[in-house]
Amino acid sequence: MPRISPRVTQRLALAGIWGTGLVTLLILAVIITYVLVKGVGDLDWSFLTTPPRGGTSGEGGISTVIVCTIYLIGLTMAISVPFGLGAAIYLSEYAPDNRMTRLIRYGTEVLAGVPSIVFGLFGFALFVTALSFRFSILSGSLTLACLLLPTMIRTSEEALRAVPRAHREAALALGATKWQTVWRVLLPAALPGIVTAIILSIGRAVGETACLFVTMGSTTAMPTSLFSGGRSLSMHLLYLVMDTNAIGKALATGVVLVITIITINAITNWLSQRFRARMTGGA
Amino acid sequence: MGTSEAKIEARRFGFYYGKREALKDVNLKVKEHQITALIGPSGCGKSTFLRALNRMNDTIIGARAEGEVLLDGCNIYAPGVDVVELRKRVGMVFQQPNPFPKTIFENVAFGPRVLGLDRKVSLDEVVERSLRSAALWDEVKDALNKSGLALSGGQQQRLCIARALATEPEVLLMDEPCSALDPQSTLRIEDLMNELKEHYTIVIVTHNMQQAARVSDWTGFLLLGDLVEYDKTAELFSRPKDKRTDDYITGRFG
Repeated sequence: MPRISPRVTQRLALAGIWGTGLVTLLILAVIITYVLVKGVGDLDWSFLTTPPRGGTSGEGGISTVIVCTIYLIGLTMAISVPFGLGAAIYLSEYAPDNRMTRLIRYGTEVLAGVPSIVFGLFGFALFVTALSFRFSILSGSLTLACLLLPTMIRTSEEALRAVPRAHREAALALGATKWQTVWRVLLPAALPGIVTAIILSIGRAVGETACLFVTMGSTTAMPTSLFSGGRSLSMHLLYLVMDTNAIGKALATGVVLVITIITINAITNWLSQRFRARMTGGA
Repeated sequence: MGTSEAKIEARRFGFYYGKREALKDVNLKVKEHQITALIGPSGCGKSTFLRALNRMNDTIIGARAEGEVLLDGCNIYAPGVDVVELRKRVGMVFQQPNPFPKTIFENVAFGPRVLGLDRKVSLDEVVERSLRSAALWDEVKDALNKSGLALSGGQQQRLCIARALATEPEVLLMDEPCSALDPQSTLRIEDLMNELKEHYTIVIVTHNMQQAARVSDWTGFLLLGDLVEYDKTAELFSRPKDKRTDDYITGRFG
């Protein structure tokens, strides 16, 4: 077989990479444009500010659903970020390398691949039934946190491990304790990776449906406390599509969902960049 | 010169990485306000010895020390010794410049901050004094809020020296501090060492025999974990007593 010249392979590789990148972006653009174009028709102020009528009518807006989603995501993150980070710090900095920690690491990897409905059933059994939190935002958030923790832990642990050993040694040599090293050097340096983990987690939490139907119920009433049930935007979207003919409203809900995710990501990114700029002096 | 006190004294000091013996039975006195150089081929144990002096090797799993290292007469390997306190007194500069991804100011202020000194002294003063001692102040005084990583390699290493000086150590350990630097930056650091020895006791590990001959007052030659010879630098380089030292410094191996 004749040897293909490096110049040709270089061109082919470049074209291939460009091509795949372009196709990916194109698909993404088509989906988002489709949802936006079809959805904005039903999207107006009253849609955002009136509660859904419920039943199979598909009438009404999504006000209570938005509120419930905010509570759900806020509480889920408030639980999963500290616990996820704590576990990641333990695994990467404190845990000895033995059978036990290898087992824990293997366990988190397996859990990261378990389908979400299994977590839903677990949440139903533990939070809804055994702990009597019933169908509530609290049960839903705890279940979501369990679902997200494995990925949170693994991704944050990788980010911490990627910080050069030289930084750890420099800090220790200056008389810093292990915790000061973690807090003042490792966490700031690992922040971009940790933020990515958080953003991906939020995206997944916003998109979950099945495991929430069995832990949060699906009431359309305005939540009044963490023990109220409720439905998130994705759950409402699914319900509109499956049980009603209100496709327009479903797409409008989709628009709100997409905008919500983009906004949350932008805010998270902005916060982390500000923090980093302050810590690093902008380089 | 030779009459000054021993700041650090290693007594029958041995060191193991798991089962591998990296240092055996080293006896050595580091004199106060002098520069002591440790030379030898790669893997001879010179860096291990240096890192034993502030117990940086503690962080390596399976590492174990034998014998004693006395700092001002107190064994730093005795049970109950506070390594944080030890590392405050014994600062270290590493082979690769390793400033934190923080501002120049925050790099220097790091030590005083973690040690809680910032409640007693003005950080601005400490930072300025340390940067002046490291001969970096004039170059960075208008850029203290820039990232330490934006500096050149030689400047980064001087920043690391300033960072180490900010905790006001008594001893400064330097682990091949110039091996990643160009000749001009190397000269600057060597000049700096000469100025610093007035206030600090310096131990430097170097690959470069000319550097050892240029900067140090005392030189130790290590080979396969043994301290083969330890003498005044001029003496060791001109009249080595051991055949192996002679072979090494005349370039027959290593």
